[in-house]
Amino acid sequence: MQAIFDTQRACTVFDEGEAVTGYLVRRILLCIPILLAVLTLVFLLVRVAPGDPAVAALGDYASKEAVEALREKMGLNAPLYVQYFQFLSGLLHGDLGKSLITSRPVAAQVASAFPYTLELTASGILLGSFLGIPLGIFTALHRNAMFDYLGRLFSLVGLSVPAFYLGILLILLFAIKLELFPVVGGGNLSDLGETLRYLFLPALTLALIMMSYITRMTRSSVLDILNEDYVRTARAKGLRERLVVYKHVLKNALLPILSVIGMFAIVLIGSSVMTEVVFSRPGLGKMLVGAMKQRDYIMLQSIMVIFSSLVVLINLLTDLAYGFIDPRIRYE
Amino acid sequence: MNDGKMSETKRLWKTFIQNRTAFVGAVIALIVVLIAIFAPFIAPYDPLIQDVYNRLLSPQGGHLLGTDNFGRDILSRIIYGARVSLLVGISSVLIGMVIGTSLGVIAGIKGGKLENLIMRGVDVLMSFPNLIMGLMVMAVLGSGMGKLIIAIGIIMAPRFARIAHGPTLAIKEQDYITAARALGFGDLRVIFRHALPNILGEVLVMGTLWTATAIRIEANLSFIGLGVPPPTPTWGGIIREGMDYLSNASWISLFSGAAILITVLSFNMLGDGIRDIIDPRTTHGK
Repeated sequence: MQAIFDTQRACTVFDEGEAVTGYLVRRILLCIPILLAVLTLVFLLVRVAPGDPAVAALGDYASKEAVEALREKMGLNAPLYVQYFQFLSGLLHGDLGKSLITSRPVAAQVASAFPYTLELTASGILLGSFLGIPLGIFTALHRNAMFDYLGRLFSLVGLSVPAFYLGILLILLFAIKLELFPVVGGGNLSDLGETLRYLFLPALTLALIMMSYITRMTRSSVLDILNEDYVRTARAKGLRERLVVYKHVLKNALLPILSVIGMFAIVLIGSSVMTEVVFSRPGLGKMLVGAMKQRDYIMLQSIMVIFSSLVVLINLLTDLAYGFIDPRIRYE
Repeated sequence: MNDGKMSETKRLWKTFIQNRTAFVGAVIALIVVLIAIFAPFIAPYDPLIQDVYNRLLSPQGGHLLGTDNFGRDILSRIIYGARVSLLVGISSVLIGMVIGTSLGVIAGIKGGKLENLIMRGVDVLMSFPNLIMGLMVMAVLGSGMGKLIIAIGIIMAPRFARIAHGPTLAIKEQDYITAARALGFGDLRVIFRHALPNILGEVLVMGTLWTATAIRIEANLSFIGLGVPPPTPTWGGIIREGMDYLSNASWISLFSGAAILITVLSFNMLGDGIRDIIDPRTTHGK
């Protein structure tokens, strides 16, 4: 009898392992066409944008010959499909081309800006989740109390305020009025103290926005679980309220929250662009807006590729997280 | 029959009035809309007239919200700025709603390769954060109010397609649709008589919520300088102009930002409230 059980368990474990691997492979493979389509869209949009990249690089007063020579050098006279394959091949080799304005390799400039964006977005997500999850739980457990109303109002305001305006409010209070933090800049990344001083206000801007999303989702998720039959049963059998909350409610409510953090991270990427502009942080967002204004198409194309690839990656990780949390998704 | 309809309308209206979130949101949104419509009658000054003798005046009797670095009245500029924000916000959502919902419903009803093509296209467009998509489209189209509306409409369309697609798939499997098909009714009749009425509520709620998003995107693009070009007053543009004077004339950016916040908040409250009324199972606002 025991042998039958063992065999059954072994089969289940095997099936489970196979299902997980299959799901992982399927989901990763699904990313490839989406990523390819995203790259193609970026390539085409940049090609149909008005203005000649060669003119943008040389200036409006450059001679026709100089422009033509540069077009040839940049490969802009080649057929579109040749340019496309050169673009993809460059990406595969980590070659993003040279900036039209600075003539420096884009990959090097992006590499120096990326840490500023990464530390800003990551600290915004972590701080926002760290503050938002307990607030969401607390407001749900004290539903319709004054604190719940205030929490809900805070969430709605946080969802409505543009990141750049919130950044300005924080600059006015903490940098101009109280003079606690520097107004603009990114600081020297090798100096931790300076990095944190420059990071605090921009990270707080993103964290407050993230916090409002997370608070709202957590509250909603906890309230849904509180209405479940098994919670009612746990209460009916006389389990202490604290145990009901910790063992039954929080465990089940938090898992979906952890997986939707990825979804909010995508929203936060957009907000990080504006935050970097307001605080003049030398990250990818500020670089993107600068490239737009200067019509530096090579730079523009590269940063958009990076941002959209990040979104595809976050979507993949979110889906995988869902798959691990809810086994039903793996078997679909 | 009519009595039944009347009482249903009355019940919905009563629920709407009782839902404080929806009601307060609707009142504030209505006030902003009225301000935008009657801007020429409400604004105390011409928003474009410069007055070098009254530059950077703090809020006071003659200029309730102060003046900017060209001596222009901030209150008047904010009142006129409401026109751009609402026009862009509402028009772009309408464009996105019509295009996106049509695509989502067609994908759901037709199925097969067309559905795959449309919905994978939606996936690709939604791989870009809103603002970055907006920047990309504005880079191609150039600046201007019409182009801004199209750009934000393009951002909104895939969202509506996704919202419309799921319920259409569910409706397609219902027995009454199979019966309608058996009676020889074509796709158009199924779409207009059965699919659209069933998803319209959800689409309209999301339309209200996404109007708030569209207004925020417009403000972001205007702040960067890629929205409606000057001298037309826009809320994001006024904030950008005030950035150089944050330490000595913060009112320029502060009041304009407050206008964006209040307007976006009102549409969010309205959308949230209506969603609670339509689907009482949701627990966002309860």
